[in-house]
Amino acid sequence: DSDPVGFDSLDLNERRGRSTDAELDRRDGTRTSEALTPAAAARDEFQEELVIRPLHSGDIYASFQFRTLWDTDFLQEGQKVSHYRLFPKSLGQVLSKFSVRELHISFTQGFWRTMQWGQPFIPSPPGAELWVWFHDTVSDVDGNWKELTNVLSGIFCASLNFIDLTNTVQPSASFKPLGLGNATDHRFLRYATLPREIVCTENLTPWKKLLPCGSKAGLAVLLKSEKLFHSSFHSQAVHIRPVCQDEQCTSKAWELRQTLNVVFDLYTAGQGKKEWSLFKMFSRTLTEACPLATSSKVYVDITDNPELFELSPATPLLSQAVVLGDRRTYSVYDLSRAETFGQLRSLNLLLRWKGDGEMLRPLLHAERYVAGFGLQTGEIHTVIYNNHPYRAFPVLLMDSVPWYLQLYIHTLTVTSKSRDNKPSYIHYQPAKDRHRPHLLEMLIQLPPHSMTEVTVQFERALLKWTEYTPDPNHGFYVGSSVVSALVPSMVAMNTNFTQDQPLFSSFVPVKEESSYFVRVYTEPLLVNLPTPDFSMPYNVICLTCTVVAVGYGSFYNLLTRTFQVDEPSLPLAKRLANLIRRIRGVPLLT
Amino acid sequence: MAAPLTLLLIVAVTIRAVLFRSSLAELISARVEVVSPLNAWKRVVEGLALLDLGVSPYSGDVFHEVTDGITALALYLSIQTYNKDVFRKQKYALESDRYSADCLELLRSPKEMFYIPLKVAMFYLLNPFTILSCVAKSTCGLNNAIIALFIFCTLKGSALLSGILLALATYQSIYPLTLFAPALLFFLQRLYIPVNLRRSSFWFFTLQYAFMYVGSLVVITGLSFFLLGSWDFIPSVYGFIFSVPDLTPNIGLFWYFFAEMFEHFRLFFSCVFQINVFFYTIPLSIKLKEHPVFLIFMQIAIISIFKSYPTVGDVALYMAFLPAWSHLYRFLRNIFLVSCVLLACSALFPVLWHLWIYAGSANSNFYYAITLLFNFGQILLVADYFYAYLRREHHLTHGLYLKKKDGTEATLVLK
Repeated sequence: DSDPVGFDSLDLNERRGRSTDAELDRRDGTRTSEALTPAAAARDEFQEELVIRPLHSGDIYASFQFRTLWDTDFLQEGQKVSHYRLFPKSLGQVLSKFSVRELHISFTQGFWRTMQWGQPFIPSPPGAELWVWFHDTVSDVDGNWKELTNVLSGIFCASLNFIDLTNTVQPSASFKPLGLGNATDHRFLRYATLPREIVCTENLTPWKKLLPCGSKAGLAVLLKSEKLFHSSFHSQAVHIRPVCQDEQCTSKAWELRQTLNVVFDLYTAGQGKKEWSLFKMFSRTLTEACPLATSSKVYVDITDNPELFELSPATPLLSQAVVLGDRRTYSVYDLSRAETFGQLRSLNLLLRWKGDGEMLRPLLHAERYVAGFGLQTGEIHTVIYNNHPYRAFPVLLMDSVPWYLQLYIHTLTVTSKSRDNKPSYIHYQPAKDRHRPHLLEMLIQLPPHSMTEVTVQFERALLKWTEYTPDPNHGFYVGSSVVSALVPSMVAMNTNFTQDQPLFSSFVPVKEESSYFVRVYTEPLLVNLPTPDFSMPYNVICLTCTVVAVGYGSFYNLLTRTFQVDEPSLPLAKRLANLIRRIRGVPLLT
Repeated sequence: MAAPLTLLLIVAVTIRAVLFRSSLAELISARVEVVSPLNAWKRVVEGLALLDLGVSPYSGDVFHEVTDGITALALYLSIQTYNKDVFRKQKYALESDRYSADCLELLRSPKEMFYIPLKVAMFYLLNPFTILSCVAKSTCGLNNAIIALFIFCTLKGSALLSGILLALATYQSIYPLTLFAPALLFFLQRLYIPVNLRRSSFWFFTLQYAFMYVGSLVVITGLSFFLLGSWDFIPSVYGFIFSVPDLTPNIGLFWYFFAEMFEHFRLFFSCVFQINVFFYTIPLSIKLKEHPVFLIFMQIAIISIFKSYPTVGDVALYMAFLPAWSHLYRFLRNIFLVSCVLLACSALFPVLWHLWIYAGSANSNFYYAITLLFNFGQILLVADYFYAYLRREHHLTHGLYLKKKDGTEATLVLK
């Protein structure tokens, strides 16, 4: 059967052809004449994996990663690429039209609780976050950025068009490229975050459409929105970057990683029972791997097994990986092998808790809150915890505050263990009213086993009434702070490049053995601004103009009139009599 | 007269020093009635901190006390000169029989005028508005000092110094530009040049003075350009004053108006409000061309009421002049109402601000209402003094006890 899953019915404008059938390559949705020439050694590759990590609080963390490698003549000036196989055409066109070198976009619902859940594989802030590195050849980065946000807004059905110059910053140190290339000019970097953005099924559907198998085969069948959004944390992201295809980096490829992290809550989704299964989490089980994938695996973190929980069905495959500074053991279910699915032809993993355990404390953790009272001033406090018992390490803190909260940098204080801790690098770009937000980046050395507090005072501005959102008393969001650091690792990290490395451990390039890269996002802040009375524009205009008119009137009177003795006017009868007398020509009455 | 003045200065400095050291200083420097985005010390310090991150900001309380002292001294000496001038003119007018026979009560005597300079200095130094402004370290004190020095130099007759100081005042905030007209009129009066547009002597002096003023302004602007290296300060200072982008509430009429305005009309109303400050100059100059010092008072009052970011420090400057017109008391019509309104509003400003911003039980309309009332009171005060001044002039020439045609007592109206 050449079409087990029903690819024929897919939308021909978007779908890629299948790898096995060269004849069907012509059904590629592109309108080119290249269809007559067979695809030359197309080495597009697709891998999918799911990592399930049981958390100590009884919740369960599932992380999907779908990686598509697009082997194309690397983005050169003037070369139009029009042959798409596994890589989605919409994103490919975006990359070439806007000369994008790296694109990272994430949509998150909920906040990642680091202290209870540990470090995520792919961190993301609440709301939408977009950061893009453009090519050096771009002349008008701001114009490209504006168009890019609007195009992405259409692709992902999100309101990314609210990203404009008033919430875009150019971080100088915090967001280095994750792919190839050593870029140092941060003029080509743009970062924006929309903390207010809500994620729902409308965003999940176009995201799923970008996958080669769609949501019809492989791991993506588990992505059912009614279960996915019934969770404590849901984050879907798209990361595009150029990577090396082999160790010597002789050929380069575009890597598209679509990641979906979800944490199911013990009580709301788990009904209070510490027993999880694929069916309970996703209301589906796995039946087959995606035929287009070269590898399709499910990893279950069993480092705490067998004391903590038991896993069924058992699998002989085990894998060890050093990820996030810790050596973890995983049970591997290889979906490309038929025996994984057993007799029922479906895989439903079951994890049953047996006891409670201690969680490894995350080494880096940050919080943020607003202090103060009233609607005039306030203070932003960012607290960063270093839980390493004896090692100090530097962290880079990036804060982007909207222009209507006027920061006073001379009130910035950084204290660790109640002593002043001067940052070694401060990059501050003050805001321009209605043009640019504040950007504050600092390199702070965190002493071991300590809490560092960064405080800065701000003043709240009164905005023009058209600049308020329809629900102004809800408050205004301030995007999360980003804390990026190379945290010292307890275990030696693997710096070698291996082809069959699991995806979750190869997301962030590891440059040295002794530390691993961590990015922690703090909570977004909700700040109330003083509001004018929105029902009053006409009244205000009338009243203010009245006072000005009173001034004008008084001065006009005094300037144009002179003092005269007031002669009283005659009563009406006498005036009428005078009128008649004037006609008669007789002297008038006084 | 030096001894009472010195005593006054000592008392004033003591009050300010005490307030500086107390915990009220922090509170006062955050009050929106006292500081505006244009003159807040916090912003000056922020600017300095931005220039060099890590340098601890200079506290500078002594600096602000000194500027207040300079203002008071300058006003004292100006009013003293002015009084001598007034008495001399009165003498000439009496000798040339320009006054009518029964207005003896209206004439001013040296005895009555003796304490006026001291009262003026006292009105400025001990005015709670000035004290609050000083303790808040607002740069309004500096503005007032320059304007007071300008008045002093004008009254002493030094055209060059007056031009330079006026240029300095205009450079800080563009509104003192309107003080050019009264200063010019004063000099013309002093040099016995008649204000006649057809005469060359008028134009000759006008151009001289204008050249001194504009020249100093150009020099100061050029100096800033060389110091800062770019023309950015022009749009950021003067553009800021004219386009009113910052809507922080203050005691003026602009902030709520522009907060609630439709975008379509923003430019139109900005122009209207700014023109409102400037366009009273010519009519007032024509009416008060014989009385330039009163014209200066009127102009300063109009600037304080209608400028885009007024503060109580600006109000304090023209209120300091009020003892100089104490002889007009009998002709003031609304003085009781005005003083009640101003006192009540000054008390209600902090209350309603607190209710809006901190307690959350009032909204912006309450504060706005008090703003309206305060400005209305100020307008009434200035208009009242203008009325009283014109009326006194009328009585001096036409007699105090006026009679109607039939011999009964007449009332005077404006017609």
